Amino acid sequence: MNLHSSFTYRKVVDRGMALVCALFFALAFIPLLSVLWLVISKGAAGLSWSFFTQLPKPVGEVGGGVGNALLGTLFMVGLACLIGLPLGVGAGVFLAEKGDGTVGRSVRFMAEVLSGVPSIVVGIVAYALVVIPMGHFSAIAGGVALAILMIPTLARATEELVRVVPASLREASLALGVANWRTSIRVVIRTAMSGIVTACLLAVARAAGETAPLLFTALNNQYWNTDPRQPTASLTVAIFNYAISPYDDWHAKAWTAALVLLIVVGLLNIASRVLTRSRLKGAR
Amino acid sequence: MKKLMMGLLLVAGSSASAGGLLINGAGATFPFPIYSKWFNEYNRLHPDIKFNYQSIGSGGGIKQFTDGTVDFGASDAPMKDDQIAKVPDVVHIPTVLGADVVAYNAPGVTGLRFSPATLANIFLGKVARWNDPAIAADNPGLKLPDQTITVARRSDGSGTTYIFTDYLSKISPEWKDKVGSGTSVNWPVGLGGKGNEGVTGIVKSTPWAIGYVELIYAIQQKLPMADLKNKSGSWVKPSLESTTAAAAGVQIPDDYRVSITNPDGKDAYPISGFTYLLVHRDAKDKAKGTAIINFLRWAITDGQGLATALDYAPLPKPVQQKVLKTVETLTVQGTRLSAK
Amino acid sequence: MPSREAIIDAPASEAAAAQHHASHPGTSNLGDRLFNSTLWILGAMILVVAGLIVLNLAVAARPLAKDHSLWGFITETQWDPVEDRFGALTFLYGTLVTSMVSLILAVPVAIGLSLFITQFAPPKLGRVLTMPVELLAAIPSVVYGLWGLFIVVPWLRASVEPWLGKHLGWIPLFQGPPIGLGYLASSMILAVMILPTIVAVSVEVMKTTPEATREAALALGATKWEAVMMTVIPYSRAGIVGAVLLGLGRALGETMAVTMVIGNSPQISASLFAAGYSLPAVIANEFAEATSSVHVAALAGLGLILFATTFLLNAGARVLVNAVQRGPRRVSG
Repeated sequence: MNLHSSFTYRKVVDRGMALVCALFFALAFIPLLSVLWLVISKGAAGLSWSFFTQLPKPVGEVGGGVGNALLGTLFMVGLACLIGLPLGVGAGVFLAEKGDGTVGRSVRFMAEVLSGVPSIVVGIVAYALVVIPMGHFSAIAGGVALAILMIPTLARATEELVRVVPASLREASLALGVANWRTSIRVVIRTAMSGIVTACLLAVARAAGETAPLLFTALNNQYWNTDPRQPTASLTVAIFNYAISPYDDWHAKAWTAALVLLIVVGLLNIASRVLTRSRLKGAR
Repeated sequence: MKKLMMGLLLVAGSSASAGGLLINGAGATFPFPIYSKWFNEYNRLHPDIKFNYQSIGSGGGIKQFTDGTVDFGASDAPMKDDQIAKVPDVVHIPTVLGADVVAYNAPGVTGLRFSPATLANIFLGKVARWNDPAIAADNPGLKLPDQTITVARRSDGSGTTYIFTDYLSKISPEWKDKVGSGTSVNWPVGLGGKGNEGVTGIVKSTPWAIGYVELIYAIQQKLPMADLKNKSGSWVKPSLESTTAAAAGVQIPDDYRVSITNPDGKDAYPISGFTYLLVHRDAKDKAKGTAIINFLRWAITDGQGLATALDYAPLPKPVQQKVLKTVETLTVQGTRLSAK
Repeated sequence: MPSREAIIDAPASEAAAAQHHASHPGTSNLGDRLFNSTLWILGAMILVVAGLIVLNLAVAARPLAKDHSLWGFITETQWDPVEDRFGALTFLYGTLVTSMVSLILAVPVAIGLSLFITQFAPPKLGRVLTMPVELLAAIPSVVYGLWGLFIVVPWLRASVEPWLGKHLGWIPLFQGPPIGLGYLASSMILAVMILPTIVAVSVEVMKTTPEATREAALALGATKWEAVMMTVIPYSRAGIVGAVLLGLGRALGETMAVTMVIGNSPQISASLFAAGYSLPAVIANEFAEATSSVHVAALAGLGLILFATTFLLNAGARVLVNAVQRGPRRVSG
């Protein structure tokens, strides 16, 4: 085999593999475009004022909306935030400030591992933890399940963001005689604040899209509900129930609800991105 | 963020009191269409009382009622003795009659009918193709395609399943031996769908599928339904009349726990049953107990009028009288509710 | 750490120091102590959450131990709520098959995609290209389920499965009637869902390859692809394995999308066209409505198996990924 042809061959392989990688990229694009296009095209027709403000109609009657599910999702994600944000962010600050010892390392490892726990398992936990002692399904049980899911991911994200605060800032503050704890709160955490908000927004977006942990914690409710002790509807469970039903009207509602969910999740993601970008600019 | 939370909390606090009485129930999907109509209608008549009913399946209805997570349960399968032992004060209130129909999706094939043995063998997986001689023998003159049968059945605990398997156990010793009857059983074959909604969905979307669902689900989705051969040997179409005929010849015991599958009677449809609400003999919560009793009074009388429109058979008159008497024996914190 | 306050106060007289402390009785010390203990408590919450998960699952699954041994539970195929006999094997099988097939579909694409982003695309473009991948990760699983049920399943039933059956029908994997719902549908949707997980971690890991090594390979006359194969791949191999394990963990535990398209049929079948069942799907379908306490315990037992499996997988994956990510700092530092 002469050198020239082997060089050409190697060149061809090089170009070929680069092309294959690019093709894989296109391949990954297809499902994304398909999902987005279908949710928009099938969901947009159902968007109307009543879709957001009305209650579902009895089975088989066309019309009505998913206002209760929308409110339920907001409500339960809100409850989850009350529990999950302080604990998650707090654990993250702990990891950033005290995370270098044995305890810190094991907490960090546990947070990483827990962030991969299937959400359905968390549903069972919340059922045993809240539903059984309380005696019935409730928004609070759904909120607890979502909070448990939030905490580990949020802790890791917060840690990363607090850690990027330059050590010089902290040292300057300490040198001025400011106590450790004041330095941590006033200087370090405040500097990392926009990043922490970003992490919280992403955690909220993830919680809003969860279905499995709500199936047997919050159950469902055909009515408006803002009592944390009562079963509550959610957008995701509504999509599930409507999708597996035989009614065309409900299928259409599932697509529209999916569109609304995607818009909510998308806005939260965009907001977090904008925050990150402005933060990076500020840092420069 | 903080403001948002405060807002949420405020909303939570204010509307919880203004929302009126919420009564939670869960269970059977078999009567879900009529129940959702009833609860909707009742809420229109009594705006301060809301019944939240979740159709999670009869098995779930019994469990959640037993666990006390709901105020009332609903089931198409009467509770078994060992289940009652856990909630001894349960009262079964029959509300309407429904029929399990065998719905199918066989492009180009209509007017199918099944003998009991064929039906059992399809669900046992022994008759696996549409042109099986057994199906051909039941349907002389019908052109049957050479396609695999896809069986659809429930994946959740279900009263529809109970009624169906109760029937199959009565007519097929092999079924009784291998599978038995219950709200969820160990199916030999089939795709699992969640709720009557799910099974109907599978049959509707899957060519060459066959499944059992409540009558109204098949009618609403315009799925063809098979005629069945009943105990007296005649072919019967599933309908309100043939369902009512099934209940006519049966002696109703005082606790209403009775199977009316495979009944005598020339016009009786073989796979039907009562569907029940499960309530406590004595309600602990005054407001909720009162509301439930008043609702039952309404459902057994005025509510029955809504049943036929949704293809459920109303309770036969004698049964209706009997149930009303039972409702009047229910108590709230130990005392009976005076009739309005 | 000795209080910095003390160092600053050192020149002052002891009396003044005493006075200072009297007027602000230990504010900073107390503050520090309060702040520290709050942090420790918050950090410990992670461990508490982990403990809660294990404890609650174990308590819920306990009634199962009465008449099922662990081995018996795992190897039994019957799932019979009438007789109260429960076995996990069919669900384990369904979970494993769908996860494995989804890995086979997703891993080559994910690695190619990661290489494209980190090695072949211009750096600016690479950053833009991660956007759609992140979008894929942000789509809730119930939306994937909806898409799967109404788009992927009919497509499989009408086109893909008949085609596979016709041309590859001699392989047992592709036999049987094309129903649409089943292992293949679940695997395909899982593949899409785990792709962003694998890509995100792989990209991070590949970025840690020391630039000098790669440039050295290029300087020696290697083509870009050869340089990648000689430097990036060996360097990040362990991390990529970790990324794949993380993806596998996500596939094992995915509930909604699978529940909606797998067919919910507890049977073990060699064909990918057949309907099956998975661990999360059976929990989602039956947990709220299981009637007997053994049934509930059996479902909790499935949850425990799922938790243990994903826990170990994630732990292993993290060890691998962390090792690779820590590597270069040591090298360059």
